[in-house]
Amino acid sequence: MALPAYASPLERIWHYTYLVLCGLIFFFLIAPILVIIPLSFNAQPYFTFTKEMLNFNPAGYSMRWYDLLLTFGMQEPQAERGWSWWMDVWQHATWIGVAKNSLIIGFFATIVATSLGTLAALGLSRPEMPYRRAIMAVLISPMIVPIIITATGLFFFYSKVGLAHTYPGIIMAHATLGIPFVIITVTATLVGFDNSLSRAAANMGADPRTTFFKIIMPLILPGVVSGALFAFVSSFDEVVVVLFVGGYEQQTIPRQMWNGIREQISPAILAVATILVFFSIALLTTVELLRRRSERLRGMSPG
Amino acid sequence: MTDVTTELRTADGKSLKAALAASQVRAKRRAFFLVAPLLLFILVTFVVPIGQMLKQSVYNDAFSSTAPALDKWFQANPLGTPLDEGAYAALASDLKLMKENRTQGQAGTRINYDVAGTRSLFTSTARKINRLEPPWKEAILGVNEGWSDPNLWRAMRSASSPYTIDFYLAAMDHTRDKDNNIVPVNPNRAIYGKLFGRTAMLSIIITVLCMILAFPIAHLLATLPLAKSNLLMIFVLLPFWTSLLVRTTSWMVLLQQQGVLNDLLVWIGIINNGQRLEMMYNKTGTIIAMTHILLPFMVLPLYSVMRTIPPSYVRAARSLGATSWTAFRKIYLPQTLPGIGAGSLLVFILSVGYYITPALVGGADGQLISNMIAFHMQNSLNWSLAAALASLLLGGVVVLYWLYDRLVGIDNMKLG
Repeated sequence: MALPAYASPLERIWHYTYLVLCGLIFFFLIAPILVIIPLSFNAQPYFTFTKEMLNFNPAGYSMRWYDLLLTFGMQEPQAERGWSWWMDVWQHATWIGVAKNSLIIGFFATIVATSLGTLAALGLSRPEMPYRRAIMAVLISPMIVPIIITATGLFFFYSKVGLAHTYPGIIMAHATLGIPFVIITVTATLVGFDNSLSRAAANMGADPRTTFFKIIMPLILPGVVSGALFAFVSSFDEVVVVLFVGGYEQQTIPRQMWNGIREQISPAILAVATILVFFSIALLTTVELLRRRSERLRGMSPG
Repeated sequence: MTDVTTELRTADGKSLKAALAASQVRAKRRAFFLVAPLLLFILVTFVVPIGQMLKQSVYNDAFSSTAPALDKWFQANPLGTPLDEGAYAALASDLKLMKENRTQGQAGTRINYDVAGTRSLFTSTARKINRLEPPWKEAILGVNEGWSDPNLWRAMRSASSPYTIDFYLAAMDHTRDKDNNIVPVNPNRAIYGKLFGRTAMLSIIITVLCMILAFPIAHLLATLPLAKSNLLMIFVLLPFWTSLLVRTTSWMVLLQQQGVLNDLLVWIGIINNGQRLEMMYNKTGTIIAMTHILLPFMVLPLYSVMRTIPPSYVRAARSLGATSWTAFRKIYLPQTLPGIGAGSLLVFILSVGYYITPALVGGADGQLISNMIAFHMQNSLNWSLAAALASLLLGGVVVLYWLYDRLVGIDNMKLG
């Protein structure tokens, strides 16, 4: 927003105040996320910048909390760091174990949510779809209903049917929570979809399956992938359902963080948090690139 | 005009109207079949569990399943019948059954929800029941005088049917007196009404704060050239994509008494080392952290509405002589109202159900209704009360969701 040449001095002052205000709000948004990155390299078990850190003294920084992430829960953390030490990390370290769980649960939940969600989004964007509004409202509701209510309901239901403390139980619950994201992103992609393309394919003798895989799928793929990423993140970040219906075997990263924060918060949590921040930066970049690609494919200008 | 009656027909001789109708039905069915698997999935993993929860809020057989004789006596004798030997004989027979099945604790707990301090009556009397002899009235009252309390008998009467609305009464700070009239509970035990009020109050504060903070930056993002605004958008989207627990953790780090913010204030000299601010484990902590977490949900809808407002409108107003304030108030602001409405409703809906952040930074007086539900689920194990509280919250959220759908339309929800 450029300042017009005829602006009065008062307007000028207001304009710059406004820019400063915006800067402060952006700072408020981003600073809390960035501040934990340097703190995770703290050599002391404190949550604030020590004198050494502020003076950029190397002694104030260390990798000890990252090291703790590997050694915590190991059988022989003091052993020499060779092949067997890394095997020990892979098999016994608590944080590695929960990361494996998070990835397994997230992967399968994403597969379920994306396949069912994409199929449904295709149906929902057809003009003939009956009760479209009501069905859409039901399918989006897992995102709106407070998670504690969903978790409470799942707790009662799963204890009755024997899905409590099982992987399939958690995966189904996480898939449910991810589905609204898939529906929203895929239907948004389908809004700009040119239906004459699929009609042309049918006209040339393609059966519906070929049309779907050869014509529709490549065009909506960016939307599907970003929906899948959303679904993965919502599973990767979910703690309440795991807390309510997950057993000891199904501990995930957020669940372990939750334990860590509630019991005794140590800078090791900040080390995990830092890793997760970089993880989300990578995801955000991917989604942003996909969005641009989708717009190019559909012949829209970026925006 | 010849032959008006002749129907149009398709090549194979069917009526065109019927053929069209048939093909439309087929198209409808095909569209529905695409949605059906997901609908079924959501039904099993979401709708049925919510139904289970609603059932749990009105159904509790912890007492009724353990006390068949009392149930029979209650059915034969309406409320107000004097407690005669028959009543105590039924009680004795049920206590024996409970002792046999070891269910006296379960039954006592259920009655204890209604009349506090009665669980021990069940456990202590059941322990001695096999040594007692008729007449039962004297024998049982001899063990504990507490059994003569008419309110206790009223509670047992209402618990002898598994279906009850008593948990909703409890969730709304009401109870029944000995004559089965609904009365408000003792004011110093009335916690749920206050908690619902606080949840609504904090959510309103958070929504308003989000609105105030989101408006300027959404406006800036919408008016900047795309290349720049896409870059600045990262500041909004990165928090949006960052794990909730990470953001909550960083606020814990910032707000602690020995944390970064207090250190900074001491270093600048605004406060002494001795008077560090308590910004966490209270309402302030909940408000600050939740405002930060929910801010992107306000910025994104506002931004997408502001993007569509043509800048020429404000320019036209200015050229017609409006001051910049008037042009903003009369021209720009009214056009952003759909965005403000969408964002505020979304933020409010999300914040009334928040659990994690208040649980971690809220302390005692920054807790919301979700935390109370979790408390009853995990600590006090009064699941029916938890379900009743959750159902009330769900009712509120559903109304807001319906409003959101009417005003904004779910299809218009955007994610980045």
